Amino acid sequence: MNALSSDTSDHVQTYFGNGFNWLHTLRNAWIITRREVRDSFRDWRIVVPIFLLTLFFPTLANFTSRVFINYFDKQGADGKEFIEAFLPLMPMLVGFFPVSISLVIALETFVGEKERRSLEPLLATPLSNTELYLGKVFAAMIPPLVAAYLGVGIYIGQMILGSQQWRPDFSLVVLIAVLTTVQALVMVTGAVVVSSQTTSTRAANLLASAIILPMSILVMGESILMIQPHQRYVLWYVAGGLLIVTTLLVRTGAGIFNREELLGRSIDEINLRWAWRIFWEQLTGITREERRAAKAAGRPIRPNPIRYYRRAVFPSIRNLRGASVCLLVAMILSFAGGWALSGKWQLPLENKDNNQILDDMRDIWETAQKDPQWVMLAVTQNMRVLFVATLLGAFSFGVASILLVILPFGILGYLMGNVTAAGISPVPFIVAIIPHGIFEIPAIIIAGAAALRLGSVTTKPPQNMTVGEAWLRAFADVVKIGFAVVLPLLIIAGIFEVHVTPKAVEWALTL
Amino acid sequence: MIETEGLTKFFGDFEAVHNVNLSVPPGTVLAILGPNGAGKTTTIRMLTSILAPTSGWAKVAGYDVVKDAARVRASVGVLTEQHGLYERMRGLEYLDFFGRIYHLPPNVRQARAEQLMTRFGLGEAFDKRVGEYSKGMKQKLALVRSLLHDPPVLLLDEPTSAMDPQSAKLVRDAIIELRQDKRTIILTTHNLTEAEALADNIGVIRRGRIVAYGDMASLATRFVGPPLMELKTSQPLNGLAKDLGPLVKVVENGENWLRYEASNPTEINPRVLRHVLGLGIDVITLSQLTQTLEDVYLQIVEEDEGQEKKSHERAVQ
Repeated sequence: MNALSSDTSDHVQTYFGNGFNWLHTLRNAWIITRREVRDSFRDWRIVVPIFLLTLFFPTLANFTSRVFINYFDKQGADGKEFIEAFLPLMPMLVGFFPVSISLVIALETFVGEKERRSLEPLLATPLSNTELYLGKVFAAMIPPLVAAYLGVGIYIGQMILGSQQWRPDFSLVVLIAVLTTVQALVMVTGAVVVSSQTTSTRAANLLASAIILPMSILVMGESILMIQPHQRYVLWYVAGGLLIVTTLLVRTGAGIFNREELLGRSIDEINLRWAWRIFWEQLTGITREERRAAKAAGRPIRPNPIRYYRRAVFPSIRNLRGASVCLLVAMILSFAGGWALSGKWQLPLENKDNNQILDDMRDIWETAQKDPQWVMLAVTQNMRVLFVATLLGAFSFGVASILLVILPFGILGYLMGNVTAAGISPVPFIVAIIPHGIFEIPAIIIAGAAALRLGSVTTKPPQNMTVGEAWLRAFADVVKIGFAVVLPLLIIAGIFEVHVTPKAVEWALTL
Repeated sequence: MIETEGLTKFFGDFEAVHNVNLSVPPGTVLAILGPNGAGKTTTIRMLTSILAPTSGWAKVAGYDVVKDAARVRASVGVLTEQHGLYERMRGLEYLDFFGRIYHLPPNVRQARAEQLMTRFGLGEAFDKRVGEYSKGMKQKLALVRSLLHDPPVLLLDEPTSAMDPQSAKLVRDAIIELRQDKRTIILTTHNLTEAEALADNIGVIRRGRIVAYGDMASLATRFVGPPLMELKTSQPLNGLAKDLGPLVKVVENGENWLRYEASNPTEINPRVLRHVLGLGIDVITLSQLTQTLEDVYLQIVEEDEGQEKKSHERAVQ
């Protein structure tokens, strides 16, 4: 056989490009993981801290526990209670410290490889983006997790076998293992997102504080819950929440970890001109090429509201279909949830009579109708809520925007549930919503959906679009829809709320 | 086989590659020449399905670079500009890792890695850590990596840039052998002598555009004119340059030598010789002056710069 040629080519061809298969994907990912884990264990900068945290730290924690136990033992019965509360905290901390190394490994395997230019040969292989991503995530997680489990095991082993004779509940051990695992997951998946935005480990380390600081605060919060045996169950919800965050981060990371993103970015530079162009194009609905062509043809594009709504605003609203449906479902669920809660905590409505409610409402509305500022008050209140929902949504993959927008519907459901349960006719309350709600509810759904999309677009940018471009376009949509659709609808709703709704309610109450 | 049409790539506002059309049949070598940042690497990355073209299309080994990305990457062996080796791994271990990625059976990847390493003079470095390799050895290992899965298409970015003359010859010989074995090869290089020696066709890329494309002879004729002949005589020429006017275009002459352009040397040279000998002048030599790829390349660059300057001036006006 010629040394340069062989018969392997056909074999390679038949193996790849035959569609998606999970087993195949995991098998390929494992090839990457295996190499990276081996490489990590050849790096003394990783091995030494892991070794110390696995062996030394549990022993140190064990020593500290013994000092505490000895001290509180002398305090009698109260001391014993304190020991029971305090001891589970230690294995949780023992598990967290090695896991924090996963951040270092993740930054090293993602950005480090990018920096050393060893990523490109890998990208030139037939492995899919998902296989490469999973392989690296597993590689960043396995050594620290093994160290964490070993550390916790050593600590608990020493506690069981030592003079303390402390035997933790099995459920507690499982809780600590679950928390440790999800924390590692959050840190690694977060590190991937961070590393995708940088081209050097130095820059990645600076950005890593965006992960380690919230995680440290979280661990402090977890510690508070851990030392309160009756509140410890909340930690399961925390683990569930972290799992949701992980899912969102995996979606974002898998979206970002693609060949185009990895090689398209060469320097960590803010390109304001490009950003402004993208934003402006999306805001106006006119591309630079169209503008230039029109200018060259001697017919520069002039502002035209009808054209603007047709070409720029309505297509952006159409893009919100998925987010709107999601929000609508959440609103209905929130309303139903509020209604369900009304059965548990009832309001003392039976003491109120209709006439009193009518008098109270009439007083307020008469004052309101004489003062046009009430319209402004209604509009600004809604705008403020939607602004905060957008702002929070942008930093929480859209989750916070959903929560904030659906909250009033939960309250509404709760009130309606109470009203119905108290035997009061719900008609006046429904009438109190409908006249202005016709404008206000669509405005809230549209604005909420835009905010949700702004936050969630980073988890899966549209095809042929970088995360940055997708976010900028979503942001331009928020601004455009906010001013062109939501604000006018809220102004109309405000006018109706102050001038029409009260009269309708008054009429309904006299029925 | 590599085919592209209108291949274009934008990074944001920046157009890195513009409307590249290529056709490289099996068993041929295309050398892409151009200064740094001209778009060579971006073109190679698009042909490897690492970057998606903004517009246009490309087929590599019969597969579309966008629709059949995995198959394209399985068909291509790439020597990247930066070798990107894992320095803590050993030579054979490194190749074994890539062999696993391509799902080569264990015995095949072991045998193939050893054969290729030996072929490229790395027989002594099987178990040496890659970090301990010299620059040239690293480049050879990266080349071995690109050949490991026996790909029908090879994209080689500066394959001999860090090598000593002996190693470079080894690699050039290998490229010739691979060409004979009907592989499709694209190589980018700054080494014009190497490109001239290896390539069937040459493409010159500047500012993302292919500004010249063809075989050496056609490029030379197009950019530096027809072959140049040099005639040396034993006696002074005394007005011979004028006499030859109707036959050939004399471009330079001295006391007993002259140079003329011969677009068709087989026809023109015998006539020139007959004329000179008929005048009783003894001819010492009649030879063709070598037009190197360097002459051609520099001329292409000069012309392109001139055009760029003109279009810039027009834009300013």
